This record gives sequence, C-alpha cells and structure tokens, in this order.
Amino acid sequence: MIDWQAFALTIKLATATTAILLVIAVPLSALLVLGKSRWLAPLEALTILPLVLPPTVLGFFLLVLLGLRTSVGRAIAAVLGHPLAFSFEGLVVGSVIYSLPFAVQPVVAGFSSIEPALIDAARVLGAGPVRLVWSLLVPLARRSLLAAAVLGFLHTVGEFGVVLMLGGDIPGATRTLSIVLYNQVESFNYEAASHTAVLLLALSIVALAAIYLGGRWRGGRNA
Amino acid sequence: MLEFRIKAQRGHFRLEVDSRFRSGWTVIFGPSGAGKSTILRILAGLDIPDDGRIVLDEEVLTDTAANHNVRPGRRRTALVAQHPALFPHLNAASNVAYGLASLDSEAQAQRVRQMLELVGAQDLATRLPHDLSGGEAQRVALARSLAPLPRLLLLDEPFSALDGAASDSLLSRLQQWTSDHKVQAVLVTHDATDAFAAGAEVALLREGLLFAQGPAVEVLGHERKRMIDRLDGFEKRN
Repeated sequence: MIDWQAFALTIKLATATTAILLVIAVPLSALLVLGKSRWLAPLEALTILPLVLPPTVLGFFLLVLLGLRTSVGRAIAAVLGHPLAFSFEGLVVGSVIYSLPFAVQPVVAGFSSIEPALIDAARVLGAGPVRLVWSLLVPLARRSLLAAAVLGFLHTVGEFGVVLMLGGDIPGATRTLSIVLYNQVESFNYEAASHTAVLLLALSIVALAAIYLGGRWRGGRNA
Repeated sequence: MLEFRIKAQRGHFRLEVDSRFRSGWTVIFGPSGAGKSTILRILAGLDIPDDGRIVLDEEVLTDTAANHNVRPGRRRTALVAQHPALFPHLNAASNVAYGLASLDSEAQAQRVRQMLELVGAQDLATRLPHDLSGGEAQRVALARSLAPLPRLLLLDEPFSALDGAASDSLLSRLQQWTSDHKVQAVLVTHDATDAFAAGAEVALLREGLLFAQGPAVEVLGHERKRMIDRLDGFEKRN
C-alpha cells in the first residue's frame, strides 16, 4: 500500500536538503544580522523570493537552468556526467532553493533576538566573525536552529510543484511521497492515497513535536 | 597616554570632544545623556565617529581621515559596561576565559583564577550568570575584561550594583592592579562620590561637550559643596 521506496527517497531528500540548508542558513543569517553593507537588504529579499514565487514557476526556471538548454546546465552535466534536471542531485538543489526562506527566517529571528551587548562584549574580547557565530550566536539561538531544521525538513517532505517540474516521476530517483500521493489520487486509489497522506501527516506531527519538546528540554527561551 | 578628537552626530545628539588623558586614571563625569557611554564605545572601537582620531601610546587606533579603524578585539582595550552582559550559556570561569583563546588551557585556568580572586569572585567560578546577583555579575564581568591584560580599561559605571563599601574596596584593588600592570583606565560616572573615590583627573562632560578637565577637587568643586551641604542638612535634622 505504502510506497516505501518513495518514503526512503523522501527522507533522504529532506535530510540532505536540511543539512545543506543549515550550512547555508547559519553564515547567511549571521551576515544579514551583523553585516552593515547596503547590499544586505537586496540579499535578504532574494532569500525570501522562493516564498512568494509559485513552486511550478521556480521548478520551471530550475528545469531550464539545470537542463541541457543552458551553458550552466551543460557545464554541470559535463562535470557530473549527467544533467541535474531529472536527477536526485537536481532535486536537492531545487529543494534547497525552495526551502531557503524557511530555514533563514527563523535563524535570522533567533540571531536578531540576542542582546547586542553580548555581541559587543564578545567583539571587544577579540572574537572574530567565525568565533562570534560558533561560540555565541549558535548556542544562544539553538531553538531557532531547531525550528529552521524542522521547517526546512517538513517543507521538503511536502513539496510537490518543484519536484514534479524539476524531477518528474522517476521511481527510486525523483519519485517522492507527494508525487506518489498525486498518482494515487489521479488513479482513484483513495485507500492507498489515505495511507500515504496519513504517513505525511505523521511526519509533520513528529517534526513539530520535536520543535516544542526540543525547546523545553534544552531550557526554553530563545535559546 | 590617550589622545582623542571625536565628532559624532547621533540623531539630535551631537558629541564633540578633543582631549588628552595623561594620568593613569581619568574619570569622565557628567549627567545622564551627556555622551559618556558614546565616548567609551568609540574608544573601544564599537562605534566609529563621523570625524575623529584616537591615539593610544602613539598607536593610531582610529583615524577617519585615513579610513583607519583598528577592530575592537585588536585594540587591547577592555570595556566594562553597567550591564554586565555575561554570556548566559557559559559559567563564570568560562566567561572570564572567553578572551584568552590565545593561551593554552593551563595558562587560561591560572589567569581565570587570578582574575576571579582579584575581584573577590573566586567562589563563583562554576556558577551560571542567571545564578549570580547583580553585584556578583559585575565582578565577573570586570574579571572577564581584565583577563586578556588590556592596555586601556574603559569602565562605564561598572560598580552600580555594588554597595558603597564593596565598591570602594573593589575600586581600590583595581587601581592597584592597573598601576602594577601599567594599564590606563577611564571611568565613566554620574556619581560624584565615584569621581572623588578614584582620586583621579576628572573630565567634565555636558551635552556632548567637554566643559573642564583637571583634579577632582577643582573640576567638581560645585558637586563637592553640594554633597557637603546635603550631609550638613542631614546632621542638623538628626
């Protein structure tokens, strides 16, 4: 009834996407909060763009960009030996871009809520940007980081438009649970569709519980 | 010797000071909103003046004309603010060790012990900031600032949470330590008793301008008379 191959692929995609999102979101958010350049406002707007762009539009642009029609896509294909479009790696790239605002916004909020006096104290004591982030911002905003990870993970688990546009429906490579659910509904197999939907719902509930319980176990506050 | 010329416009407030602090201890005295904390932030490198030059022992720390500003952690300048700003996830000892990244762990532990003893906080080493009283937190914050052995110590009403006797005792120990280690100190206060207790040169600041500079008894003669009159009135009433 449940497509376990699609389930495993969805979890793999969401895990890879979440890990990459955190690696990008922490330094990017630190730059947005601590930086003083006039280019930061446009940069922040750019990170929010996927939030307002229809997923199918984003998926279409990525399909064109990462396919063999553009020099960028051809260069990537030359390096990897295959185009990024219609591949798992392509889905990861698309998911990272699509879920970026869901990871960056909580981290920016967490970093912004840290008292400026603490940041000043660390700077006077000799902390450079990297130490400031790892020794102060990350530990003090750990609950925001957890929220960013869970939101990024859930958003990837549930994404449909980008996946369908960029990855198509290739079993074991790009067929995720959302695609399976769509296929099941399209073929009027409502019993299987309900199982898949319940599984997606259960994943969401577990992940959301992790945010709230994780925050309490770690001592609450923004932290 | 600390020489500085600072011009800074912050909203409607204008700061314009030009001075030399030659003595080991200088007190910047003035009412709230006079610009005292802004001067310290600029001296610490946390804020850049619109126009200015800061020279400490012949090293140029800030020169806006040359677009030069040594970043805060490279100035060997310590700043102790009224709000202790201890890192809440680190215990007192780890807070004090924060600025000692260049030392090995044994040297760090020894320096942390020395500094906590200096400020009378040796029993607080394992306590987290939220378990400390206001006065204890200020002692730990002072130890943290002294630990990297700065050459300029900037104190922004650092004893406000301590009672009079504890404050005087700590000030006395601190003055001895700065003298032993040849550290120049600048203490900001709006409390004339702090200025007299420090026995230092006093710079009188009002509305962003330096009004007078000299020995406390001369610059704060009016404040001294006001304090004596208040004490006289109290004794007559009792």
